[in-house]
Amino acid sequence: MTGTSEGEESAPEASEMGCTDTVEVAAGTPDQPQPYAELGLTAGEYRKVREVLGRRPTAAELALYSVMWSEHCSYKSSRVHLRKLAPAPAQSGALLAGIGSNAGVVDIGQGYAVTFKIESHNHPSFVEPHQGAATGVGGIVRDILAMGARPVAVMDALRFGPADAPDTGRVLPGVVSGISFYGNCLGLPNIGGELAFDPCYAGNPLVNALCVGVMRHGDLKAAVARGAGNKVILFGSRTGPDGIGGASVLASATFEEASAAKRPSVQVGDPFMEKLLVECCLELYAAGLVEGIQDLGAAGVACATTELAAGGSGGMRVSLDAVPLRDPSLGPAEILMSESQERMMAVAAPASVPAFLEICGKWDVEATVIGEVTGDGRLTMTWHGETVVDIPPGTAADGPVCRRPIARPADAGALAARDPAALPRPAGGAALRADLLAMLGSADLADKTWVTEQYDRYVGGNTVLAMPEDGGVLRIDEQTGLGIALATDGNGRFCRLDPYQGTQLALSEAYRNVAVTGARPVAVTNCLNLGSPEDPAVMWQLAEAVRGLADGCAALSIPVTGGNVSLYNQTGTTAIHPTPVIGVLGVLADVRRRVPSGFAADGADIMLLGRTRPEFGGSAWAHLLHGHLGGRPPEPDLDAERRLAGLIAAAAAAGLLCAAHDLSDGGLAVALAESCLSGGRGCRAELPGEAFTYLFAESAARAVAAPRPGLAGEFRSLCDEHGVPAERIGVTGGDSLDIGGCFSIPLAELSAAHTRTLPALFG
Amino acid sequence: MRIGVVTFPGSLDDQDAARAVRYAGARPVKLWHADRDLRGVDAVILPGGFSYGDYLRCGAIARFSPVMSELVPAARAGLPVLGICNGFQILCEAHLLPGALTRNAGLRFITRDVRLTVENTRTAWTRGYGAGQELTIPLKSGEGAYTADEATLDELEATGRVVVRYAAGAPNGAARGIAGICGETGGVVGLMPHPEHAIEALTGPSGDGLGFFASVAGAFAKAAS
Repeated sequence: MTGTSEGEESAPEASEMGCTDTVEVAAGTPDQPQPYAELGLTAGEYRKVREVLGRRPTAAELALYSVMWSEHCSYKSSRVHLRKLAPAPAQSGALLAGIGSNAGVVDIGQGYAVTFKIESHNHPSFVEPHQGAATGVGGIVRDILAMGARPVAVMDALRFGPADAPDTGRVLPGVVSGISFYGNCLGLPNIGGELAFDPCYAGNPLVNALCVGVMRHGDLKAAVARGAGNKVILFGSRTGPDGIGGASVLASATFEEASAAKRPSVQVGDPFMEKLLVECCLELYAAGLVEGIQDLGAAGVACATTELAAGGSGGMRVSLDAVPLRDPSLGPAEILMSESQERMMAVAAPASVPAFLEICGKWDVEATVIGEVTGDGRLTMTWHGETVVDIPPGTAADGPVCRRPIARPADAGALAARDPAALPRPAGGAALRADLLAMLGSADLADKTWVTEQYDRYVGGNTVLAMPEDGGVLRIDEQTGLGIALATDGNGRFCRLDPYQGTQLALSEAYRNVAVTGARPVAVTNCLNLGSPEDPAVMWQLAEAVRGLADGCAALSIPVTGGNVSLYNQTGTTAIHPTPVIGVLGVLADVRRRVPSGFAADGADIMLLGRTRPEFGGSAWAHLLHGHLGGRPPEPDLDAERRLAGLIAAAAAAGLLCAAHDLSDGGLAVALAESCLSGGRGCRAELPGEAFTYLFAESAARAVAAPRPGLAGEFRSLCDEHGVPAERIGVTGGDSLDIGGCFSIPLAELSAAHTRTLPALFG
Repeated sequence: MRIGVVTFPGSLDDQDAARAVRYAGARPVKLWHADRDLRGVDAVILPGGFSYGDYLRCGAIARFSPVMSELVPAARAGLPVLGICNGFQILCEAHLLPGALTRNAGLRFITRDVRLTVENTRTAWTRGYGAGQELTIPLKSGEGAYTADEATLDELEATGRVVVRYAAGAPNGAARGIAGICGETGGVVGLMPHPEHAIEALTGPSGDGLGFFASVAGAFAKAAS
């Protein structure tokens, strides 16, 4: 039993620092210089803090405002744009909680609600790949837990510099081992994600982690401190000097400035403690002991207290002396800023506190009452009996809004003019064959088993589809078969060419990846990875990406339920490609009707769905074979995506399909090769038009589908009914990928090309 | 018949083991690590996971938990016990089984559907299988390489206590391709792969793993009838 209550801590001693910077001291020393710039605040923001408080802030208040007003916590550069993502009523019918919550919550029927969110941990993962990625998983899992849900799966979208670059050899294995270490030990199946490489991510890897959780409708929790007299309980790991300043300094600045000095600020994760915290929280929820709850992530206690207090109507009084410390030398500012992992903060009625502490004791989770809800509308904190924080919490929680200058990138015209039509195309079957093998053997399109084998995809016993399928599928209800599907997608090249259309293409692909499993897409989460907001061209990319996503979701009639923005992903003046990573959630009425991507039966017709156009701008073919990026990305067609999704859902529900696979990077050629390899059998196909275009173009709203033998006619009628162009291009079977009139590749050769790349690179 | 599934702090596959017990027609009973009480169950499963965080050494702390102080003598007296993955590690730490599980040869966590050959069909947990039967079951572990001194390995082989072996080579460097062994009487079995994740084709690579649970459940059904 490790729970303690307020007042049991040792008596206040004289501060080690000689004199604590109290509110009283601050009021009497208005001219004392303060290190606001070092903490990441601008002179204007510092003036604003003084204005809000009517005096200079204390050291603790300065720390609190600096982390809360950092780009990372306040979204100050992106907020004016993100407002566009608020869903219209037509999109939000199934939404139980939306943007602004720790994570969005969607009604999936039968009394179940699903919450999911994707978040970045890019900068920490570059500095210390293993711990950076591990704590990225831990953070997003606590976000889901804070909504009242049981976390049930994770996914990760990873992007690195060139696969053969020496630093990628440091970063990638570390990131994968970190995700493996944390997620596996936590007992969350990893059911999918992405792995991509591009020189633009050298020095700025993207590590985006998604978590999904499930609850009953009535279990939804909110991050609010309500009810004067209710107790504020901090529970989980002790607070140590981890990641102090991480939120405002590490996540918001580029690496060149004093990188070495910032190194120790990456946090260290303990997945075992997180597992205990998950079980402990779920038991607390079930016992009805929690009035409000907030996870501790970036900006730790500062963020949790201000958000809980700002979410409620009253106020909050906190004794910082009561916070259990791993390092007793920490002062109030450090306690506020510490990013020690595996901590949660709850609000509980006084009468519930003994039962609360008992459940924590059962799970060996330390829990401490550190304060209570008040009615005065202020957030006050004491240290050694003196007041060191006294602020209106809303001012810290809301933060400033920057309307940063926006300008179309200077090279946009030149980039668009670099038409891929000018590239030399493979002439003849042998050249097409060689191009396909080269693409399949590239790190981008190669078999990802080296990575995914390090993740536990089975734990929980509900994983119906996982890597290398288009989307992960989980069973939610064992009796009815109700389930969900999830996919994440991003395409930095398309977005570099046109962030508006590129973001819609990422949305389309994730939507389609969910749809080809047989699921009905219902909601969207997003992680916008971009360069410095101080660059007007980056702000233009941000604005365009958000506009594209908002318009795209409106066209698909699904809501954005939440997300995350990661800025300052750049080295010097060179930003990464704008890389929105879009996660889509779908629902399957019965997971037994899910559709896998592999050709697992002989003699099934192969149908090409959708229209193929000679679209090569930003394509995998142009990138991998010619190092080319230019022209226009493929034209998104959201209406066609919707019809395609409706078709597959209907066909899956009717049991017509034995396989379906989305067409994206590398086009039809790569999709057919993947379906052959994952199903363990070949196919024979005839292309309905010009071979190069049909094989490698990346037109949107396309898929291949294999109706069950004997049911092709029914499927065709359904295609007509849904207005989806469909063409029979071949049949499954045999032991080679045979493209009539072009080439034939034995499966063994295809498999060798596909599987040897990542082991050769990473051991 | 009632089969206990122990939950340690950090156990992960406990619900999966309980589901497998249900699918096999028996009743799962939750056992808690801190209770010196087996609740009168007819058999016990120590599930996979990272008990107590697997700090120090896998299974090293779980061995000293209150529930184990009841389980060890009961197992020695004949109670059927199946340790899966972390459970196998705990059984070795508790000296109910010889040898130890060490870091995978490649030093990485491996999740892979492996083919196993059933070599001993006389144990409480494998009597429903045919001798030499091949099973496809997921392996998922970072410290799954079975190891023991040569004399112990020879004795295990000579006395038929290798219960299952990797059919196509051990992906983790396990000595002599050993994936699972049993104690002297065949009541206590340790397995590195996870049969509870192969109880139906919907959520696993096959339904091949159900036989472990059906074997013990069937045995009790027969005894009771």
